[in-house]
Amino acid sequence: MDRRKFLKLAAISATLAGGVPGFFNREVKAKAYTPPPGALTARRWGMAIDIKKCWEHPECNDCIKACHYIHNVPHIPDRKREVKWIWKDEFEHVFPDKPNEFNNILLAHKPFLLLCNHCEHPPCVRVCPTQATFKREDGIVMMDYHRCIGCRFCMAACPFGARSFNWVDPRPYIEHFNPEFPTRMKGVVEKCLFCYERLEKGQIPACVEACKHKALIFGDLEDENSEISRLLRSRFSIRRKAELGTGPSVFYLIG
Amino acid sequence: MFEKALVGSRKYWLWLAFLGVLILIGFLAFLAQLQYGLGITGMSRDVSWGFYVAQFTFLVGVAASGVMVVLPYYLHNHKVFGPVTVFGEFLAIAAVIMCLLFIIVDIGQTHRLFNVLLHPTPHSMLFYDMIVLNGYLALNVICGWAALHGEYKGVKYPRWVVPFIYLSIPWAFSIHTVTAFLYAGLPGRHFWLTAIMAPRFLASAFCSGPALLLIALLIAQKVSRFRVDPMAIDTLSKIITYALLANIFFFGCELFTAFYSNIPGHKASLIYLFRGLEGHAEWVIFMWMAWLLMAGAALLLVIPATRKNINTLVLACIMLFIGAWIDKGIGLLTGGFTPTPFETVTPYRPTVPELLISLGIWAVGFLIMTVLFKIAVAVKEARAA
Repeated sequence: MDRRKFLKLAAISATLAGGVPGFFNREVKAKAYTPPPGALTARRWGMAIDIKKCWEHPECNDCIKACHYIHNVPHIPDRKREVKWIWKDEFEHVFPDKPNEFNNILLAHKPFLLLCNHCEHPPCVRVCPTQATFKREDGIVMMDYHRCIGCRFCMAACPFGARSFNWVDPRPYIEHFNPEFPTRMKGVVEKCLFCYERLEKGQIPACVEACKHKALIFGDLEDENSEISRLLRSRFSIRRKAELGTGPSVFYLIG
Repeated sequence: MFEKALVGSRKYWLWLAFLGVLILIGFLAFLAQLQYGLGITGMSRDVSWGFYVAQFTFLVGVAASGVMVVLPYYLHNHKVFGPVTVFGEFLAIAAVIMCLLFIIVDIGQTHRLFNVLLHPTPHSMLFYDMIVLNGYLALNVICGWAALHGEYKGVKYPRWVVPFIYLSIPWAFSIHTVTAFLYAGLPGRHFWLTAIMAPRFLASAFCSGPALLLIALLIAQKVSRFRVDPMAIDTLSKIITYALLANIFFFGCELFTAFYSNIPGHKASLIYLFRGLEGHAEWVIFMWMAWLLMAGAALLLVIPATRKNINTLVLACIMLFIGAWIDKGIGLLTGGFTPTPFETVTPYRPTVPELLISLGIWAVGFLIMTVLFKIAVAVKEARAA
């Protein structure tokens, strides 16, 4: 066998050895997920925030505290590096597309609760190159920390600034550690997951449970008898940047 | 052929050693980043892409620009470009490798890079970017090396490369189009949400890339017996001129749309970049400098006397290269992220480690380019002798 033939044979063998098993051993697809008995299920989870109740108790941050404690969200003082799943900001920043210079007195500097909107058409899912961000059948936009490569494309795509990146190791910044939920490592993105782990156990999201003023209403948007559907039918609500067509599942009851 | 890279003057080795030192420093800074996390950079929750992604974006353009010599030669039989096509292809190789390195240093979990291959995601533009960049790298390695090898042997390039050469032409356009699509099409980022993002990218690429190629060719001419046909320089400078004018025109289109429509969201990024917003004016001086440099270069290039004068031509090329680099390397990224989704301004400044890592990657690119150009020049010298 001359050198040329040998090289050809070697190249073909290498291609077959590398390519064919990869082609046949396709990734094993996880079976369609079946929620355990007793889990809360919905066709499309959504949340309504009764913002007037929130304003009646400006000092109350129970929802934020509960969420951040349960999910081991680190408290990083540097604003440029902070990680947050649910937080408050002023009307002007939450609804920058709805300025009104004449009656702003009603809403100016009023706090609004912010969290991931679990959009119907989430841009973050569309851009993620590894499917580390994906949307479940029930509308929850999920995040797989173990698959995330930290490219931060989702952060550029999210028009709501709902995503945080672990610029440094978050563990030293966890104030009260909850052993029942995993902590994250540096270099991955994270955000609110609508407490998918609690729904599985038949519990409502931590923020909703923690709100003693019943300002947060969580439920199935596609079930017309659910409390959230009835509320949305009877009261005026707005969504953040609805004109972008992402279909946020978080509603602010203001009327 | 590679042995030609192993013999060289003292200056050649000193230059390589200098680049080697920069690479080493960059690599050490990268190790520190691996250890500490991307917190070592100036990026933040609000400006989540920075200098790395900007360099990547700019260099995709430099890579794509190789086509500006390949296309006229192979499609229009523009003979004077024959001897320089291989330089265009080698420049593309160096630029694409830099692009890939900038992506590698930018991601938070470096060792998970291959997740992009393990979980192919056809709805993500990054998936296509991976395909087109690696494909373009392969195409240029094949075409450049085969063509030069033919010359080395004293024969015409083998016929099997021809389809690859033709494929490389649309492929060059695709790499910068797909990279533009990474930005265009994101909701809520007004500065990037524009249909002329890809044309703008191509226009700025086809002026800045050939400008770099032209300077590199003139340097190669200076340090060797290899001679570039003055006709080739002339055509190349015309290509640069038209591409630069297109780039300026497209930018004008963006200005018109933003300011005539008078929509605050569309104006905000431009105001931030060129006048400052809410007391933040960190990039104003850079942006004005960038566009003044490009306008000045356009003037020098449009006037035949200054375009044909090699000194003013080189000056114009340097000016427009710096201008295009600032525009894409700073303006595009920070303008897109500012204002934030909350209509606030979070300033971004690259940190020292971030700049050292970037410098290291640029040094890798120049090292690859030097070695490849050295081989090409040596082969051509041997032929001419």
